[in-house]
Amino acid sequence: MKELMLGNKAVARGLYEAGVCVASSYPGTPSTETTEEAAKYPEIYCEWAPNEKVALETAYGACLAGRRSYCAMKHVGLNVAADPLYTISYTGVNAGLVIAVADDPGMHSSQNEQDSRHHAIASKLPMVEPADSEEAYSYVKKAYELSEEYDTPVLLRLCTRIAHCQSSVETGEREEIPPRPYVKDAGKYVMVPANARKRHPFVEERTKKLIGYAENCEFNRVEKGKGNIGVITSGTCYQYVKEVFGDDVSVLKLGLVNPLPVKLIRDFAGSVEKVFVIEELDPVIENHVRALGIEVTGKDLFPLVDEFSQTLVAEKMGCEATPSCKAIEGLPGRPPALCPGCPHRGLFYTLSKNKLRVLGDIGCYTLSSAPPLSAMDTTECMGASVSSIHGFNKATDNESSHDTVAVIGDSTFMHSGMTGLANIAYNRSNSTVIILDNSITGMTGHQQNPTTGFNLRGEPAGKIDLEALCRAMGINRVRVVDPYDLTATENAVLEELKADEPSVIISRRPCVLLKQVKHLPPVSIDPEKCRGCRSCMRIGCPAISFRDGKASIDSTLCVGCGVCTQLCRFDAFSVPEGGRG
Amino acid sequence: MSVNVMIVGVGGQGTLLASRVLGNAVLKKGFDVKVSEVHGMSQRGGSVVTYVRFGDRVYSPIIGKGEADYIISFELLEAARYVSFLKPGGQIIVNSQRIDPMPVITGAAEYPEGIVEKLKESGAQVDELDALSLARDAGSQKAVNIVLMGRFSRYLPDIAKDEWIRAVEECVPEKFRELNLKAFEAGFAS
Repeated sequence: MKELMLGNKAVARGLYEAGVCVASSYPGTPSTETTEEAAKYPEIYCEWAPNEKVALETAYGACLAGRRSYCAMKHVGLNVAADPLYTISYTGVNAGLVIAVADDPGMHSSQNEQDSRHHAIASKLPMVEPADSEEAYSYVKKAYELSEEYDTPVLLRLCTRIAHCQSSVETGEREEIPPRPYVKDAGKYVMVPANARKRHPFVEERTKKLIGYAENCEFNRVEKGKGNIGVITSGTCYQYVKEVFGDDVSVLKLGLVNPLPVKLIRDFAGSVEKVFVIEELDPVIENHVRALGIEVTGKDLFPLVDEFSQTLVAEKMGCEATPSCKAIEGLPGRPPALCPGCPHRGLFYTLSKNKLRVLGDIGCYTLSSAPPLSAMDTTECMGASVSSIHGFNKATDNESSHDTVAVIGDSTFMHSGMTGLANIAYNRSNSTVIILDNSITGMTGHQQNPTTGFNLRGEPAGKIDLEALCRAMGINRVRVVDPYDLTATENAVLEELKADEPSVIISRRPCVLLKQVKHLPPVSIDPEKCRGCRSCMRIGCPAISFRDGKASIDSTLCVGCGVCTQLCRFDAFSVPEGGRG
Repeated sequence: MSVNVMIVGVGGQGTLLASRVLGNAVLKKGFDVKVSEVHGMSQRGGSVVTYVRFGDRVYSPIIGKGEADYIISFELLEAARYVSFLKPGGQIIVNSQRIDPMPVITGAAEYPEGIVEKLKESGAQVDELDALSLARDAGSQKAVNIVLMGRFSRYLPDIAKDEWIRAVEECVPEKFRELNLKAFEAGFAS
């Protein structure tokens, strides 16, 4: 049956049909739904691991035990998992192992625009890249065969426009794969230098064989067109090229993007007069083609940055611009913002009000960097806030420790904040770390984590006690505040900044979008009492706007958190019965 | 040839569900379909856009400037933002709701006045409706998305009303089915 499927759901269907038994991942846009959708099949054990390195090592362990396994992450997650990745390339697999990595050209929801194909090249692993949901589904199934035939983990490269695009998929049945027996083999699996030295030549030999495979495999195909122009492309760019040119150009579509074929490319280039390489981000295919001595147009014409579109391809290839309705200029932007009732708002208002230096991390709370809160100085990667504040305070001999805090979410803390806190506790800086515990992994769409007490399927699970954990690591000053209570929050922050030892503040309140969080009736503002001082607007709540010199509440957005009511000096707010204020 | 529909609005307004209803309705007619969504950061009250394309063969999952046949906008300012994606003379269906973006809330910018006139001046056909009121009357302001799909369904006569209704039923959870069917009817009859 034909079904409209998100690329990520199609991946999950592929996993199911390929007989996969274990999936361990860390959520990251745009990869998250592959594992969530896989969890809907009872045949596949699925879990959220605390980070990508743990996830990959878990999936690897499962493949050693003889079951086809899967692991997914976003592009930056592969940096975290790079350590096992580069060595399991040497050991190879027992049962098949596929690792999905989702790039985000255009940075819809990411902090950088890295091109994961470089990891495939550097770790010497095959990488396949589908161009729509049907291919996402079929490539996954083929990837497991490739993995087992060539004794290698296989990387599946997704990107936002594949992962989060729905197109039709013709599904099949699950193939039950009997477990492969585990056989102890130190030469293959114990990567001490003596053994690794023997495995490295195996890897190089494997790559040679895979290049041979790439010359004539199902992943790569030539679509002969009418003209003398040939385009080498892959993934979404293939779709843009076909959209613009249809059958007017010849296309070499590469589905296996590492290793790249040699003869296939030479023959293709020889069959046309001019060769273009159209690929998003870095010139990976282009450099390979150039190294073969083939003259090619690529990044001299196409940008290294941002995602492509048919509009861009048409423009760069010299096609006439499409007429359109006239753009309306001078419109205010609409950047994303903390949700109405977001528990982070009260905390960041406190940090902003006290003009503190805030070393930030990865999560919804990064949105507090925008005006009016403007409450963030740095954001790099998962866990960086906790490690960096220690360095910052060491460099100033703790002088900065009285006006600097690190903020990190509960899930991010479990991912890689704990090790930074261990460094603070061990090497002693007077750092103040604020854990924003909203009882969920928010940004990626509500995934459970080791602090929530539930597993991926929502069943009761082990629950790590953050307070006990921080104390056990040697932090004596650990306290919990409710960020809806502005006075208590401010007192806690100011007291801990004064302390001459490390401290942890847990700012605890569940994400307002969680189903179990009851929304309270909206508050309202009495226009007679409102003096238009805009005090309540300093928290940057989307539910409060300013009309005709007065603040007013959008009752469709307000969830009655009551944070704004604590800022009014003129008693202009009225809180309905059962409300908070 | 393909029919290109953009669904634009503010993160949290339910544009994703609307695009899935449309995608399902056209898939049943045997069209090739692509629906492109954006998750993550942009869902937090930011400007959001989903693309729905259908026809004999659809390649690109997104819609470029000047390629949209229809824009369904859940909010006034967002209609203005994306109007240049519309073909000259293309159709906008716009909810008259106004949601202030953060630069307006902070006082850094003004919410533009006269948006419907500006849309017409830019060359669009404009169909404005108060989908929020219709959704409230149907039982929930959250059903704005389905009200708008009800209105939009009148522009695609190839898809019969009962086919739309089937697509709505398949895309919404059982307990909200009645509410959403009422909302669809309200949009259709408006």
